[in-house]
Amino acid sequence: MPTISLKVNGKAVSAEVEGRTLLVELLREKLGLTGTHIGCDTSQCGACVVHVNGDSVKSCTMLALQADGAEVTTIEGLAAADGTLHPMQAMFREHHALQCGYCTPGMVMSAIDIVQKHPEGLSEEQIREELEGNLCRCTGYHNIVKAIAAAFPLMHQKHAA
Amino acid sequence: MYDFAYQKPASVADAVKLLAGDAEAKLLAGGQTFIPVLKQRLNKPSAVIDLAGLKLSGISVSANSVTIGAMTTHATVARSAEVKKAIPGLAMLASWIGDNQVRHRGTIGGSLANNDPSACYPAAVLALGAVIKTNKRAIKADDFFQGMFTTALEPDEIITAVEFPLPVEKSAYEKFRQPASRYAMVGVFVAKGPAGVRVAVTGAGQNGVFRVPEMEAALAKSWSPDAIAGVKVSPEGLNSDIHGSAAYRAHLITVMAKRAVAAA
Ligand SMILES: Cc1cc2nc3c(=O)[nH]c(=O)nc-3n(C[C@H](O)[C@H](O)[C@H](O)COP(=O)(O)OP(=O)(O)OC[C@H]3O[C@@H](n4cnc5c(N)ncnc54)[C@H](O)[C@@H]3O)c2cc1C
Ligand code: FES
Ligand code: FES
Repeated sequence: MPTISLKVNGKAVSAEVEGRTLLVELLREKLGLTGTHIGCDTSQCGACVVHVNGDSVKSCTMLALQADGAEVTTIEGLAAADGTLHPMQAMFREHHALQCGYCTPGMVMSAIDIVQKHPEGLSEEQIREELEGNLCRCTGYHNIVKAIAAAFPLMHQKHAA
Repeated sequence: MYDFAYQKPASVADAVKLLAGDAEAKLLAGGQTFIPVLKQRLNKPSAVIDLAGLKLSGISVSANSVTIGAMTTHATVARSAEVKKAIPGLAMLASWIGDNQVRHRGTIGGSLANNDPSACYPAAVLALGAVIKTNKRAIKADDFFQGMFTTALEPDEIITAVEFPLPVEKSAYEKFRQPASRYAMVGVFVAKGPAGVRVAVTGAGQNGVFRVPEMEAALAKSWSPDAIAGVKVSPEGLNSDIHGSAAYRAHLITVMAKRAVAAA
């Protein structure tokens, strides 16, 4: 089996994988990072979204071998070492942007990417459109959109500082 | 998912050698179509040849063309200031493919090689009279698309780039999304450029992308939504499924084409 080396949440890891091993399987089964979920087998739900080299991707639709040498961030990599939540996590909590929580890790990872890619600002309509790849069966999206809008100034303030 | 040997060659020549030497080997670009296919066990390749090491990604613009490397992602095309300026409809089209995550991985080469009858890029490539460059030759868009999931590509042929001729005077894409998959139920690309006035339709035809000569003739005389309002597309040969009948799709083609002409 080939061995790959990558950075996951800032830590260097290497693992033996098969050709067919998906990135999400590497994360969940080999690295024990079960915060990244699997919600479908058609690449449509977004429960599995992580960041690879700064872009949000569906980890169920990428081979682990394609992530060789990459920097991967999962939901586990967001909070500070002392447990302080990332502003997006904090706003999801504050605005009740989750019910069962199944979609939440993917939603949060997508949401952070959306805010980072649009420093110029985001309308409510844009946020809804940019969330195209993430499905939620519980919330009706309303509070998710509110949470992202609320996280926007917090994230860009931090970048400016 | 069946297992396979993963290979990541560093040159097009090496990739072609691997592909030609193994009839069961398959190419992998962004994986946004191919990995779901593998997960459904609809394909059982002996080897998967990843094109990510071939340096086929990037956009270059000259006085008479925009050239997009086969491995350039939809997100890169959508964000490119140069594409937005030279062929706005093309950037618009790329920005509406799937979702952010699909656009971060999916590539123009993969989309064209796959030639899904409801994929977006084939409409732009045909309407703009683009040329598909491979390791062997240059194929005109008119000769490239040969029906559903079928192209002029030979088994050991790799798309390296797509060249769009300039100057493009007008270009726009309008897409009516299939409500569940968000692929094009009907997508229409209208263009006026070196290939003339062209209207290309994706999503609707049983045999994939096609042109609408009556609309092209009308728009060549007068570029306005009214010029094509009276053109009725025949439902014959169009898809009929739970999302819409052939007659519904035929009607949508004129609606989408009018919107695209107005937007261009
Ligand atoms: C949820 C979802 C929504 C989507 N929505 C849309 C949409 O709205 N519109 C749309 O157009 N598409 C859509 N797609 C498809 C997406 O655009 C894919 O990225 C694209 O169809 C395939 O490109 P890829 O780079 O991912 O190719 P892959 O999946 O890696 O490959 C596809 C096929 O092409 C072959 N191939 C790849 N590159 C080359 C090459 N350079 N030369 C020769 N053969 C090659 C491969 O062997 C394979 O058979 C969607 C996909 C998903 C998962
Ligand atoms: S698990 Fe549904 S998109 Fe990845
Ligand atoms: S909170 Fe239950 S699926 Fe989104």
